[in-house]
Amino acid sequence: MRLTVNGNPIEFDADPDMPLLWALRDLAGITGPKFGCGIAACGACTVLVDGTPVRSCALPVGLVDGDVVTIEGLAGADGLSLVQQAWLDEQVPQCGYCQAGQIMSAHALLQEIPEPTDEDIDNAMAGNLCRCGTYPRIRAAIKRAAAEKARTGA
Amino acid sequence: MASLGKIARRTFLIGAAAVAGGVAVGYYIYRRPYPNPLEDELAEGEATFNPYVMIGADNAITVIAPRAEMGQGVATTLAALVAEELDVDLDAVTVEHGPASYAYYNSEMLAEGGPFPFFEEGVVAELMRGGMGAFGKFLGLQGTGGSSSVRDGFDKMRAAGAAARQMLLAAAALRLDVEIGALATANATITHEASGRTLTYGEVAADASRLDPPSDIRLKQPAEWRLLGKAQRRTDMHAKVTGAPIFGVDVSLPDMLYATVRMSPRFWVEPVKADLSKAEKMPGVVKIVPIDTTYGHGFGIIAENTWAAFRAAEAIEVEWGEADYPQDSAAMSAFLRRALETGSGDALRDDGDVDTAFADAPRDKVVEAEYEVPFLAHACMEPMNATARLKDGLLEVWSPNQMPTLTRQLCADVAGVDTEDTRVHTTFMGGGFGRRGEMDYSMFAALLARETDGRPVKVIWTREEDIRHDTYRPAAIGRFRARLGADGLPEAVDMRIASPSTIASTLRRTFPSLSPLGPDKTIAEGAFDQPYTIPDYRVAAVKADTGVPVGFWRSVGNSFNGYFHESFLDELAAAGGLDPVAMRLTLMADHPAAVKVVEKAAALSNWGETLPAGRAKGFAFTLSFGSWVAEVVEVAETDAGIRIEKVWIVADVGTALDPGIIEAQLTSGAIFGLSSAIGQEITFADGMAEQSNFHDYDAMRIHQCPAFEVAILQNYHKMGGVGEIGTPPAVPALANAVFALTGKRIRSLPLSREVDFA
Repeated sequence: MRLTVNGNPIEFDADPDMPLLWALRDLAGITGPKFGCGIAACGACTVLVDGTPVRSCALPVGLVDGDVVTIEGLAGADGLSLVQQAWLDEQVPQCGYCQAGQIMSAHALLQEIPEPTDEDIDNAMAGNLCRCGTYPRIRAAIKRAAAEKARTGA
Repeated sequence: MASLGKIARRTFLIGAAAVAGGVAVGYYIYRRPYPNPLEDELAEGEATFNPYVMIGADNAITVIAPRAEMGQGVATTLAALVAEELDVDLDAVTVEHGPASYAYYNSEMLAEGGPFPFFEEGVVAELMRGGMGAFGKFLGLQGTGGSSSVRDGFDKMRAAGAAARQMLLAAAALRLDVEIGALATANATITHEASGRTLTYGEVAADASRLDPPSDIRLKQPAEWRLLGKAQRRTDMHAKVTGAPIFGVDVSLPDMLYATVRMSPRFWVEPVKADLSKAEKMPGVVKIVPIDTTYGHGFGIIAENTWAAFRAAEAIEVEWGEADYPQDSAAMSAFLRRALETGSGDALRDDGDVDTAFADAPRDKVVEAEYEVPFLAHACMEPMNATARLKDGLLEVWSPNQMPTLTRQLCADVAGVDTEDTRVHTTFMGGGFGRRGEMDYSMFAALLARETDGRPVKVIWTREEDIRHDTYRPAAIGRFRARLGADGLPEAVDMRIASPSTIASTLRRTFPSLSPLGPDKTIAEGAFDQPYTIPDYRVAAVKADTGVPVGFWRSVGNSFNGYFHESFLDELAAAGGLDPVAMRLTLMADHPAAVKVVEKAAALSNWGETLPAGRAKGFAFTLSFGSWVAEVVEVAETDAGIRIEKVWIVADVGTALDPGIIEAQLTSGAIFGLSSAIGQEITFADGMAEQSNFHDYDAMRIHQCPAFEVAILQNYHKMGGVGEIGTPPAVPALANAVFALTGKRIRSLPLSREVDFA
């Protein structure tokens, strides 16, 4: 089985029923996406497939048809992505476990809606649970990233 | 208030263990330092000064922050304590957790374990605090809990930084042949100002580390602080926005196997009948082995990857034994209620003469209420997990845990090796909230490591195992009555709370040979120790073990007593025709720190303003973990249900070392409490938890999250904790707001049993 992850071709020897999450973590050693629930209910495992956020814990690897991007693939050669930088500037994470998933969802949101309203943020981010309650700073970071995106035309 | 006479007649439960005479022994041991564990950890060219500081010849500075970093930001603040005195910037140091070691004992974690309110500073209370602290050192208890880490580290870690700096200066003075007083430090460099000559810390570190530590350590005055008191950029942020492999689940070792567990969903029982044949034949399965520990019984499934282990765990056909405790939530509730009626109880507060006050009380002046809360799961985002390797007689455990020395001891026991041959590597934690003070997941990994011929094995629980095998926040029932005076103020209050003892339950699974003695103050904390003056005031705790394992859940007993006490006070204000804030201000007049917090919260939230129809506010206050916290919650009626619009939090933490982190912890704690109030409960049927994952045990989501406004005060003369204090008043402030909005007084949690939340 062959997948493109973060721009690199990766060969797996995986049961096609194995969720993408475990293929990434246990077979490919890509541990940014986290295991939280296994039923697509918490969003810690969120990755992008052709730009769309998906819960990798519930997606069989055999059904993946598209390029996969994980948190490891967001940062460019020149450092953090715009969303990651906003997360750093707002000091969002506490325990940090859900944040890779939060950042992937926020990244996809801003690709689709460059200047999201509070309601857009609610809709895009409600599937990402955070037990530390970092939501106020997540919201602030998304707005900061949106403003920065508008300013730099990124 | 507990008096000297009562104490003398009583045996004490000292933190997690009851030891008569332990305090005296502790005082003796207290004077003797533990050896520095970093002596064994040094790299080539590296020198260590004390258990907290290592400096390399290349001027690389490592600070050990030996407490669980589970989100609360403690690694940053502890490192700042050392960096402040060492005269280096926070971004110039590498922060590590360090090894499990008695040298990292936490004396503050047990200091408030005695039956005294935080504000009682009489001789007996202070002796108890000192004794408890000594006991923590005596046990070598390296632990994170009780919102104690920074209070524990405040002096000793600043002293560690200052001592290292003084030793570096002394070595530089010798090298340069000048007086120490002629040298200055900045940015890890020592400068002889008169000649302009400089030496880096690294250049003199080896020499300096061979000097005797200074006997007279001078600490900076707060006015001289560069880092402390100011919001720092957290040292773990970059790793956490880049998905770096810092958590327990991310541990990766050469030749590693993967595993999961399937434990009996009925607590404590063994399998009656099991057929492993189907599971054993599944692809990728290496081995299935029994697990028998003080935490419970079941199976460990070792496989070539986590998914294979998960699938095989499901395929095990097993019949479990019957529960020997009340089978379902209704029976547990009835059991607690019976204990409330018949149990002896320990009066942790007994001011005035409560029985007499009620004996002649006119009926129309008496208010009575019964409150109840359910069991709760911690539901850390990172499910329980640990990795272990047993090779050549050496056990290594990689564990996201809050109790490294106990983890080391219990893992060594189950693996059959000596503690000296056991190393615990503490990783970052995807949440802890008290759950990671348990040893079960680490012990399971240590047990499975016996079965893998020296290969490391990473054991990750499914979310279902995690929710069904928690050490739950105990359920509790409380009965409350008050006699109101002619002015509407309570003259007499009688509170009686029944709940399983967290401490007894913890001992059962960790040190089953020890039996707890005396009262468990966690049953009544948040109720007996509040800064209100009421002439006749009694708060009693009744221990009632339901058989369900219970543990420390963010804010412990305060998590339910905050709700009980503050909702009941709200009822009294309503019955007495008083404003709830004004009533509290009168009752807490003896405690200026409390008054200032309440006044500030009222001012910030514009308490007393007339709100439009469909909006209302609720108020609550709880003193917990040494911090004084008031919260106001504003709610609004919407088509989708009640929406929590805004929360104001005012906290007096005595000394605020990092306002950015404290603000984050206050909102975090409040959201943790609100999450429980708007929908969480663990219920039982047939002896098993009925909930299993986030679809039936959810928490607040971003669209439900209110706006926050936080103020941090520093009036009280002692430092308080931070990590848990936002939780206790959040629930009653919401319940009181719901009452103000709907007229419904909801006396059980979650509130969502009676109202819908948007």
